[in-house]
Amino acid sequence: MVLGSMSLIYGFLSAPSTISEAQEMVADIQHGEEHGTSLNHYKEESSETDIDKQEVDHGEHLLHQLQNRPWAALYVAALFFFMIPLGVLAFYAINRASQAGWSIVLFRVMEGITGYLLPGSITIFIILVLSVMHLNHLFIWMDPEVVAHDELIQGKSGYLDTTWFLVRAVFYLLGWNFYRYISRKISISQDQGDHLKNHKKNFRLAAGFLVFYIYTESMMSWDWIMSIDPHWFSTLFGWYVFASMFVTGITVIALVTIYLKSIGYLEYVNASHIHNLGLFMFGVSIFWGYLWFSQFMLIWYANIPEEVTYFITRIEDYNLPFFGMIAMNLVFPLVFLMNRDYKRNNYLIVMAGIVIVLGHYIDVYNMIMPSAVGDQWFIGIPEIGGFMFFLGLFILFTFKSLEKAPLLTTGDPFLKESEHFHY
Amino acid sequence: MNNKVIHALYDDDDVLMKAVKDIREKKHHIEEVYTPFPVHGLDKILGLEGTKIAITSFMYGCLGFIISILMMDYIMIGDWPQNIGGKPSFSYIENMPAFVPIMFELTVYFAAHLMVITFYMRSKLWPFKKAENPNPLTTDDKFLMEILIVNNEKDLIKLVKTTGAIEVKVIEKNI
Repeated sequence: MVLGSMSLIYGFLSAPSTISEAQEMVADIQHGEEHGTSLNHYKEESSETDIDKQEVDHGEHLLHQLQNRPWAALYVAALFFFMIPLGVLAFYAINRASQAGWSIVLFRVMEGITGYLLPGSITIFIILVLSVMHLNHLFIWMDPEVVAHDELIQGKSGYLDTTWFLVRAVFYLLGWNFYRYISRKISISQDQGDHLKNHKKNFRLAAGFLVFYIYTESMMSWDWIMSIDPHWFSTLFGWYVFASMFVTGITVIALVTIYLKSIGYLEYVNASHIHNLGLFMFGVSIFWGYLWFSQFMLIWYANIPEEVTYFITRIEDYNLPFFGMIAMNLVFPLVFLMNRDYKRNNYLIVMAGIVIVLGHYIDVYNMIMPSAVGDQWFIGIPEIGGFMFFLGLFILFTFKSLEKAPLLTTGDPFLKESEHFHY
Repeated sequence: MNNKVIHALYDDDDVLMKAVKDIREKKHHIEEVYTPFPVHGLDKILGLEGTKIAITSFMYGCLGFIISILMMDYIMIGDWPQNIGGKPSFSYIENMPAFVPIMFELTVYFAAHLMVITFYMRSKLWPFKKAENPNPLTTDDKFLMEILIVNNEKDLIKLVKTTGAIEVKVIEKNI
């Protein structure tokens, strides 16, 4: 079983080729767009310099938005796929800390998915560094000229400072990756060594990590997502992002598990395990809907101009993805996964899982795009290319780390309970 | 019609589970099992049908959802439009976000309460009802199994005794 996943390697050797293709595609589009829009811009400037300064300003604004689009598309996809292993890591730590009995047989799947955490962190960090180097305009507060004319951002400049921003990013990423590394190491040494001692170690570590995680995750969502729209703020945002990544992570666990099962591995995973994952998908989807609505309704009701602009841009310019996302992420799982038998059927879980994952991609898209590109949005080649690129990368690293260890944690004291788990 | 039944008392749920399995394998009919707490998996071993109460709960939830919509429309829009915080008070759809919590609460309220009432009615429970339970020990720490005797009384008693029952009694009962 250790290296028995030769078929996996074959199946995912095709991923890198699509990755490079997708990368080229994204790069091409990026050049094309920048080129095209700058031409437009020149035209506008040369012909209309005498007309109105405002026109030029508008053109410049538009140019920035269009230039932002491939970057934002890249960032959305990178962030979305980075948040999957992060959500899985939280789920894993919760299972460890609560000493859950049912999920032991899925631990290696979870550890496999979190194998993407490190590459994901690196891609995110590179994008953030490039932003700080002013290669893109995703974060407008990084532009000193904008800040000079904006009192609100000036007031926040103590926190929204580029150096401090990067220091925080390094801090979160190191913390998460450190936990992942240590926990994985303990989990593997548990198979050979002292079962109980390693179990206790992982338990304590998970509890500590969860405390660290819930603070840093919340701050991460302010830094990386909320600060794209630096005027807006919501105290619920961290939780909202957490719910989104958590449900995506659990869905991906279910998808990977069913995939592995369908090609003949994980023979000890039974319908009850899938059922439990389905329960979590159902429950956390509703939790997500609850947080979405809590955030929306309070802001809608209070009608404070600074806060409400966030939703106005989304409802006016992003009507379809904004409400479509609620249908995909809340209404669909609510109705579809309510039935007990549906949660025990692999095929239906995969269907629901794909809808939920795509729905949460659109959720991240809705968090970032409106502030980055305004009404110049479209799900076109940069978005799909970026999505495909990171999907390929994600699958590659997930299955690479899956094949590095046996798919069953034989050393866990709760293993028997998990194998016989039936609901 | 009077029937003979065996009352077998057990003092451990694992022993009980095994006894139920053994007795059902020999094709005897177990009328009822009285336990002081829900024994996990007993319903499956007894071969009971899955409960349909979830379906009724869903229907009650839908009912509560519809009632909440109609009620809010009548109270807040139709009968006496209320102006709270300057929000649009003459249009249901524009005011809808404010009503969502009420819709949610009434859905839960209807589903929960009507489901409990349905459960009481279905299991024939009402206030001041006399307990049906044959032995008060089953409310403490003992498990009681009631088996219908058709014609093989002696064999059955022997079988029940081998399953680890601490007490076996034959009782005439009106069913």
